[in-house]
Amino acid sequence: METPTYPKGYSSRKRRSQAVAFTICRLLSLLIVLVLFAILGFIIVKGAGVISWDFLTKAPEDGMTSGGIFPAIVGTLLLMLGSAIVAFPVGIMSGIYMNEYASRGWVVKFIRLMTNNLSGVPSIVFGLFGMALFVKYLGFGDSILAGSLTLGLLSLPLVIRTTEEALKDIPDGIREGSLALGATKLQTIWKVVLPMGMPRIITGLILSLGRVSGETAPILFTCAAYFFPQLPSSIFDQCMALPYHLYVISTSGTDIEAQQPIAYGTALVLIVIVLVINLLAGLLRKHFEKGLKMH
Amino acid sequence: MKKFLEKSVRWILTASGFVTSVVILLIIGFLFTEGAGLFGEPVIEDGYVLAVNKENPVSRLSAEEIKAVFDEDITNWKDLGGNDMPVRTFRLEDADDYFTEEQLGSQYEHAGEAIAGLVASDPGMVAFVPGTMIPDGAGIKLIEDKNISPGEVLGGKEWFPTATPAPLFGVLPLLAGTVWVSLFAILFALPFGISIAVYMSEVASERVRGILKPIIELLNGIPSVVYGFFGLIVIVPMLQQVFGLPVGESGLAGSLVLAIMALPTIVTVAEDAMRNCPRTLREASLALGATKWQTIYKVVIPSSMSGIASGVVLGIGRAVGETMAVLMVTGNAAVIPGSILEPLRTIPATIAAELGEAPAGGAHYQSLFLLGVILFFITFIINMCVEYISSRNRAKNR
Repeated sequence: METPTYPKGYSSRKRRSQAVAFTICRLLSLLIVLVLFAILGFIIVKGAGVISWDFLTKAPEDGMTSGGIFPAIVGTLLLMLGSAIVAFPVGIMSGIYMNEYASRGWVVKFIRLMTNNLSGVPSIVFGLFGMALFVKYLGFGDSILAGSLTLGLLSLPLVIRTTEEALKDIPDGIREGSLALGATKLQTIWKVVLPMGMPRIITGLILSLGRVSGETAPILFTCAAYFFPQLPSSIFDQCMALPYHLYVISTSGTDIEAQQPIAYGTALVLIVIVLVINLLAGLLRKHFEKGLKMH
Repeated sequence: MKKFLEKSVRWILTASGFVTSVVILLIIGFLFTEGAGLFGEPVIEDGYVLAVNKENPVSRLSAEEIKAVFDEDITNWKDLGGNDMPVRTFRLEDADDYFTEEQLGSQYEHAGEAIAGLVASDPGMVAFVPGTMIPDGAGIKLIEDKNISPGEVLGGKEWFPTATPAPLFGVLPLLAGTVWVSLFAILFALPFGISIAVYMSEVASERVRGILKPIIELLNGIPSVVYGFFGLIVIVPMLQQVFGLPVGESGLAGSLVLAIMALPTIVTVAEDAMRNCPRTLREASLALGATKWQTIYKVVIPSSMSGIASGVVLGIGRAVGETMAVLMVTGNAAVIPGSILEPLRTIPATIAAELGEAPAGGAHYQSLFLLGVILFFITFIINMCVEYISSRNRAKNR
């Protein structure tokens, strides 16, 4: 840690107020780190004893007081996959449009405003909207399809923004070089711009998956099943999901004594997914940054 | 052929460029059509009427008055602008107390006439019965039924969506709950957010910053149910003990959890703004003999104020819209809170808790969509504020 140095002429009062201010900043930062570790530590310590092969691979039993959470894990993975199928292509294309095609200033401004607004829309509003449009109006019912579409729309702004930012950092000289060699605009984007931006785009995509994995409110009314022990057989089936399972078990459980360990276990699995995703994104970012520096 | 491909790709990309705008429009459209439907619903539960004696001068009642009458909070007609006589209420469930099975008929086929007779004979009686049951007869009249008015909803102080005969959809308690929880959350988060941002951008070494940054990101990545679960298991019992509360689920528990959740947003945006403070400004300040701390609070913080402000506003936006964590720890009492230590209920939590039970298309269901519209507009305005602040900032820097 860098210790502040004091040139000679400073009064001791100035010196003291600086020392006090910096100490407060340090302490508060430390406190937040401790809070994070308290949350993580608490869930890891309490949940670790619950995790077993059976817990991870078995369906809930006895009115969800014993057994495992396998269907919820599968459900969450399916929803992540589904939302990726919905959001990634459209989001990446939208980002490419924003950075490579949209030329008039007000168009870009308008779209960016709308994208920012969409990213600020509360997740429960997405849930309401998904229910009204996908479940009721389009008649998909409570289904993986409706849940994936809702979650996909939710993660769209994040995908668009990361794509746009990744492409923005690519110098124009590279595009011009490609165009000067006789490549068309599409060829330039496909063969030059996208491959260069891909590492950062992928990092953003992974992070958006992390967000989707933990969302509860959007799937409350579009997809999540209280209890659905068999695995879903089609996209029109409901499914269980880890965050919803944790919510249900910790708030409306019938047998708190027996269900609390399951809640800890579920929270731990959810945390591990988020940790792994964050770690993966961090490693990727580091890896690609190294690669870029070498060029 | 090549040209055609280029052109069609261009069209596809342009179309996908507008997808977020389309989604926003769809959200507004769907939420509005469902939510506005509430104002087309009658005050008295659909299909039912309130019948009173023909001699009774009272001919209209507000939803709140109806609820008070049937809860027996109002027991005299004179409180409702009528004659001085006691109010007696009649619900269909009470039929067996008044009539024999013979009088009602085995299929309730004579129930209408029997009830009409009862109301006609008792000037203080008000009966809540299905509209089709009551025959058009002398001696009784029906209380006028209007549609639910926007004033009753937006200015109403009571939220009882399942009350019979007249559900109450006053959003004020929910709005108050949302504001209280978010306000306190930001008050808690603000000192932490600013200090951490200052520490990360000005004080900490690159190495320490490299550790703190992913930690803050991780804090942002933890799902809200996990925060809710942690709050429920740890914070709620703790508060109950510390303040000696009857229940630990309270506004305070909600705002503590929300403070942790809003923190990463504030830190990230504020730190970004401080790091973008031009180097020359700092150097000029230091050259004039200011200490590092003086430079920070007299130069760096004022010059990045708009960035800090957008961070705080974004944090408020996050707090206002947060659903699951708040739902799990605030106790969900739909009353205007007297203190932050009492249970309260926010708009998002209400939607999440009640939509599952509300019959689709009914007044309750529509009222929840109306809450969605309100929530959408609150966050929309918040976002516009952020846009405004940062666009002004960009103009200033140019």
